[in-house]
Amino acid sequence: MMQVTGAGAAALLALTACSSSDDDSSAGSDSAGSASGKLSGEVTVFAAASLKESFETLGKQFEKAHPGTKVTFSFGGSDALAASITGGAPADVFASASPKTMKIVTDAGDNAGEPATFVRNQLEIATLPGNPDKVASLKDLTDSDLKVVLCDKTVPCGAAAEKALTASKLKLTPVSYEEDVKSALNKVVLKEADAAVVYKTDVKAAGDKVEGVEFPESADAINDYPITLLKESKNTDTAKAFIALVRSAEGQKVLTSAGFLKP
Amino acid sequence: MTSSDSGKAGTVDTLSGGPRRRARRRGGAAPLPLLVPALIGLAFLVLPLVALLIRAPWHSMPDLLTSTEVWQALRLSLVCATAATAVSLVIGVPLAWLLARVEFPGRGLVRALVTLPLVLPPVVGGVALLMALGRNGVVGKWLDSWFGVTLPFTTTGVVIAEAFVAMPFLVISVEGTLRAADPRYEEAATTLGASRFTAFRRVTLPLIAPGIAAGAVLAWARALGEFGATITFAGNFPGRTQTMPLAVYLALQNDPEAAIALSLVLLAVSIAVLAGLRDRWMTAS
Repeated sequence: MMQVTGAGAAALLALTACSSSDDDSSAGSDSAGSASGKLSGEVTVFAAASLKESFETLGKQFEKAHPGTKVTFSFGGSDALAASITGGAPADVFASASPKTMKIVTDAGDNAGEPATFVRNQLEIATLPGNPDKVASLKDLTDSDLKVVLCDKTVPCGAAAEKALTASKLKLTPVSYEEDVKSALNKVVLKEADAAVVYKTDVKAAGDKVEGVEFPESADAINDYPITLLKESKNTDTAKAFIALVRSAEGQKVLTSAGFLKP
Repeated sequence: MTSSDSGKAGTVDTLSGGPRRRARRRGGAAPLPLLVPALIGLAFLVLPLVALLIRAPWHSMPDLLTSTEVWQALRLSLVCATAATAVSLVIGVPLAWLLARVEFPGRGLVRALVTLPLVLPPVVGGVALLMALGRNGVVGKWLDSWFGVTLPFTTTGVVIAEAFVAMPFLVISVEGTLRAADPRYEEAATTLGASRFTAFRRVTLPLIAPGIAAGAVLAWARALGEFGATITFAGNFPGRTQTMPLAVYLALQNDPEAAIALSLVLLAVSIAVLAGLRDRWMTAS
């Protein structure tokens, strides 16, 4: 019974969010807010590190469209976030960087409703500005003179990199397996490593501090990003409205401009 | 400095090499206002460890304990923590002596600087080390171009990160012991013609040995559990820079049971070492 009404409300919210995105003015978003009733209170969103920039933008948009609400984020490695959710961390929404990490949460029964894929992300090589080592392909990274960092296999970006390497039968020994994608990227930003295999979105977010090199093998390892409402949520209406915004055309515009692929 | 008889008696005992100074009589039952908070404190510290033991996956323990990766990480942890303690001893004890025995302007400031790594979040410490000793760092740049030495992503890097975080414990402990030790013994030695260094080596060092040992144990324990500065400065590579805390953290990501088991291994080793040393040394300071 509860679930039926919940799903209905979600559908309604999704509809209003979509209709509001047809016109770009903020007045449109405001009307969406009033149409879905009074949204208020705080929502806590646990999101993969790679979503930081786009979700912060979306959070600000949401707070502006629904005065009286507050969106708080906790960004980190999807696995660490999943572990803290199953460990009882109070959160309303979980957006992870891989179905595998989402499964940790759904297996524990901590989700409310089916997780939905809202974006996808592709790998890219991040090199030093100007690409001084002339990296042009994934194979170039296997050069033993290069200091390459990968994400650890336990985090989605590391699993994806491994998949791409295995698919192309390459053996790559990095200097370090980093604990999440941002720390892998930072090793290149700080010029401690020559290259890192990270997401397209991370290369984009780093601006001119790194240079991105696309590689065809990345097509073999595209990560789906699922998002879900959590069972422990104390503010389901506002949380659902935020998920609706992420999945709306408006939200997708922010995400694709950050380099994400549409689901 | 201290004129109390008990203080002097203590130092004399230490001079004669007897670490057993705990034969003091217990004066009746412990008063409740002390006993209750003490027991709460004990429970607070022990409860998480008990929980770890209760939830431990005992059935999969044998598999984990025989895996080469675990032994690799454990051995690396022990080697690096011990090396970091040795580094801290070699440069930390003289530093403590300087702070305790030599009057110089800005001594208070220097003392505050020495304790800085204690308040710095370890990850920030790791970033600071990268800025200083990284391939592109203030000093690291020259190490790289003159000697071809790069420290990040190496086992040496792990030792450096651990020493950076652990040395303040040693310095504070040794400095405290030095201040409590009677300087008149040293003065007597110099009056009798010993140089200041000889006095330090022959008189001061034996006098403060228990304090040094206590500080070394603290530093070793801190280095063994070090995570933030290590993963930031030295990265994570099995066998080279992946110490036990790093292995535990990464195992926690997809196999919490393995993480608990690894934590227990690290705990067992640290407890064995600390319990072996504590009764002898820790109470001395």
